[in-house]
Amino acid sequence: MHVVDRRQNPKAKSLGNRQRFLRRVKSHMRKAFADSIRQRKIADLEGGQEVSISSKDLHEPTFHHDRNVGHRDYVLPGNHEYRPGDQIEKPSGGAGSGSGGSADGDGEDSFVFALTREEFLDLFFEDLELPNLAKRKLKSMDSPAWVRAGYSTDGSPQRLNKRETMRRSLARRIALGRPKLAEVEALQAELQQAQTAGDADEIARLRKLIDAQQTRMRAVPYLETVDLRYSRIQRVPKPTTQAVMFCLMDTSASMTEQLKDMAKRFYMLLHLFLKRHYKAVELVFIRHTYTAQEVDEQTFFHGRETGGTVVSSALEEMLKIVKQRYPVEDWNIYAAQASDGHNFDHDMPQTLRLLEQEILPICQYYAYIEVNDDQWPGDSVLWHGYYPLTARHANFAQAEVATAGEIFPVFHDLFDGKLRSGSNTN
Amino acid sequence: MNKRHGGLLYSGSQWDFKLLHRVYDAVEEIALGELGLDVYPNQIEVITSEQMLDAYAAIGMPLLYRHWSFGKRFAREELLYRKGAQSLAYELVINSQPCVSYVMEENTMTMQTLVIAHAAFGHNHFFKNNHLFRQWTRADRVLDELAYAKSYIAGCEQRYGLGEVESLLDSAHALMSHGVNRYATRRRSPREQQARSEARRQHLESTYNDLWRTVPTEPSDTTEVKTAEQDENDIEAAALDLPEENLLTFLANHAPKLKDWQREVLRIVRTLAQYFYPQRQTKMMNEGCATFVHYEIMNRLYHRGQIDEGSMLEFLHMHSAVVAQPNFDSRGFGGINPYALGYAMVRDIARICDDPDDEDRQWFPEIAGKGRSLETIRDAWEHYRDESFILQFLSPRLIREMRLFKVSDDANDEHMTVTAIHDESGYREVRRQLAAQYDISKQEPDIQISDANLKGNRRLVLTHRVRDGKLLEKSEANRILRHLAKLWGYRVRMVEVDAETKRPLSEYDAVSMP
Repeated sequence: MHVVDRRQNPKAKSLGNRQRFLRRVKSHMRKAFADSIRQRKIADLEGGQEVSISSKDLHEPTFHHDRNVGHRDYVLPGNHEYRPGDQIEKPSGGAGSGSGGSADGDGEDSFVFALTREEFLDLFFEDLELPNLAKRKLKSMDSPAWVRAGYSTDGSPQRLNKRETMRRSLARRIALGRPKLAEVEALQAELQQAQTAGDADEIARLRKLIDAQQTRMRAVPYLETVDLRYSRIQRVPKPTTQAVMFCLMDTSASMTEQLKDMAKRFYMLLHLFLKRHYKAVELVFIRHTYTAQEVDEQTFFHGRETGGTVVSSALEEMLKIVKQRYPVEDWNIYAAQASDGHNFDHDMPQTLRLLEQEILPICQYYAYIEVNDDQWPGDSVLWHGYYPLTARHANFAQAEVATAGEIFPVFHDLFDGKLRSGSNTN
Repeated sequence: MNKRHGGLLYSGSQWDFKLLHRVYDAVEEIALGELGLDVYPNQIEVITSEQMLDAYAAIGMPLLYRHWSFGKRFAREELLYRKGAQSLAYELVINSQPCVSYVMEENTMTMQTLVIAHAAFGHNHFFKNNHLFRQWTRADRVLDELAYAKSYIAGCEQRYGLGEVESLLDSAHALMSHGVNRYATRRRSPREQQARSEARRQHLESTYNDLWRTVPTEPSDTTEVKTAEQDENDIEAAALDLPEENLLTFLANHAPKLKDWQREVLRIVRTLAQYFYPQRQTKMMNEGCATFVHYEIMNRLYHRGQIDEGSMLEFLHMHSAVVAQPNFDSRGFGGINPYALGYAMVRDIARICDDPDDEDRQWFPEIAGKGRSLETIRDAWEHYRDESFILQFLSPRLIREMRLFKVSDDANDEHMTVTAIHDESGYREVRRQLAAQYDISKQEPDIQISDANLKGNRRLVLTHRVRDGKLLEKSEANRILRHLAKLWGYRVRMVEVDAETKRPLSEYDAVSMP
């Protein structure tokens, strides 16, 4: 008898099966997402997701009898008082039959299972992309890729490849007939024996032999410079497109906690999306009231601040940062602005001028999201002011989010690679 | 307390590998020495709950080719398990040589002991000795075959694409329940085969001559030509060995459009189906055997003083849960519990052998009071399957104890009718019906390929012989026929014919989609 401890074996043995399963239900899952995502909070993204999908494509048919026709007999356990000839009420739903053609185990209409967070996000962000991601500049980022590139005959000592070196050394030693150390030692032992025995002829013969061997050993060294091989490692510049995403958020007093919450959710999604798909995308968080300031991620999502609303302040801050750190010729620039649509009237001309003349020309894509609980779209100052821009600038889009449930679909629309591919006119 | 066996094997619930070995040796001593079991060499593998879920997904096989349906099983089992709706089995055992038993790491030592007795000796003995397993499965080859299947199908996926292989497996799985040979294949000797083909050739020649002679002289004589055609069809059917109940075999051998790799995949699925067929036919006996063995062994261990009272109580608690049989009208009822019935029958046979009453003497004259109960039981395990086992050994007393009764349910009636109960006039009827319930060939639709045209319209015809008006579920049947048509490559027809009156009841038609 053997006891084998299999606990250390790879666990996810049916991973391949799961991938095939997910592949099969992908189209269904997309539909299920649209429904289930509506009730979802961003925080939910942290955990795995339970999805329910129609089991039509998952059904595995078998030949079995129709339960609604024909005659059946079966034996049941636990009779109490029935006598032959008694009539029993038929159980509803077909329960209680010990036999009959109930061979199918999966008659359910929908199939519920849990997705891991990774799987969920993969599916959710599938097909989404940053629009107009032009290759502004191919520049080797600070992480060039090092790749192995065979062997070289010289290099630094730490790159010495011992296996390759020894292979060549061995081949050379065999080819040139270098005597083995053990052979010479054996001869010397024989010599010693001959010496104690006093056999002069033998001594002379052995001496001569040993001499020849040793000369050869000196002539053919164990390791020679020609044997040395070094692993060659090549630095390959990895072309990366640089992009920066500006997140502009209005945190003024008119933005209620609820609206801020919605805006933050939108950005969280954006954040998640960019982090996942673009390693080289930098994020800049700017929040504004009547003044604007660049903040870190933590403050952006969790900080509290109130005041009046001057949108242009944020745009100015953005321009300032672009000038300082993100030269337009080197960077793809994106911006997403979230606001409740309020702005001081006197600031509007300045805002529109900045946006249209300075920001949109340098942006690959600018999305404006209006978070809004009760108003009609187009009612707010910003929406109204921005509206004409949508027609004039293909790289400008605006959308409105009134309930948390709309965040996902709106986000999807804004970054849907397929939808947007036609508007690549930058 | 008997100190001959060196006192307690273990105490407490923790287990380790040394204890497993000790317990195994003690269990083995009883199983082989006292119960006279005969087993394959054992291999016990400790796994985690996650790995148990993996094993579930792969229909209990240690390795299996990849298919989405196993992923689906895994997803469902996992969800049920995580939600706590279902607990995992303590063990899983594979009919192979060596016999592999999986035990879970979170089991207590008592559970491990129980599992070793139940799986490594109970099931193992049954696998090795039952005639169905001996006849239909090759325990020493199973793992090799599975490894072959896995690598072959993975190779196909690489060569022909995931989608191709997936849809082929979908179709093959749909036909899996009808991909088994229910009876031993007619293995004809070469001489017999030669004789058959000779007969066929002669028949062909004679009809050929017939045609040659009739056609030029009487071209308008359609009846003559038709019978000739008819004749030819008959010959064709004979050449294909029709009717054929194993749909997968038939397709693998004769479907005109399949490529060689597709035929091989069908054969792989068929082999798998055949491997499970004995298990389905002997589920109740097999579980009864394992349950009886673990009960005997645990009790003997206790009487020898090798396990303590705490362990014994823990064991009894688990054992009684396993063999519980809810009544038909209780909430937990899910059919007859194979563990309960199988165990009760084995106990009952032992009782009849050792301590019969007059009724037993009258019903079981061969074994009643003859003693040698273990021998009788082992003999039953070897030579019967569920259906025949019940027919032979279900006693009136057990029918009374379980209060079994028979009902008749006609779809047209509003009520079900009780037709037999546990009384003098009902015993035989109940027993006959219960046995039929375990006869897979009676429970599953009887579908055969009855005609295949390989030359003309290439239509395949199936016949479902309908018993008791039990027609097929329509939408399911249509789906499967579409799968079948896809494999066959041409139109497929199925007729449902009443088994007794030969009256056609309904008809299906499926076209092969490109």
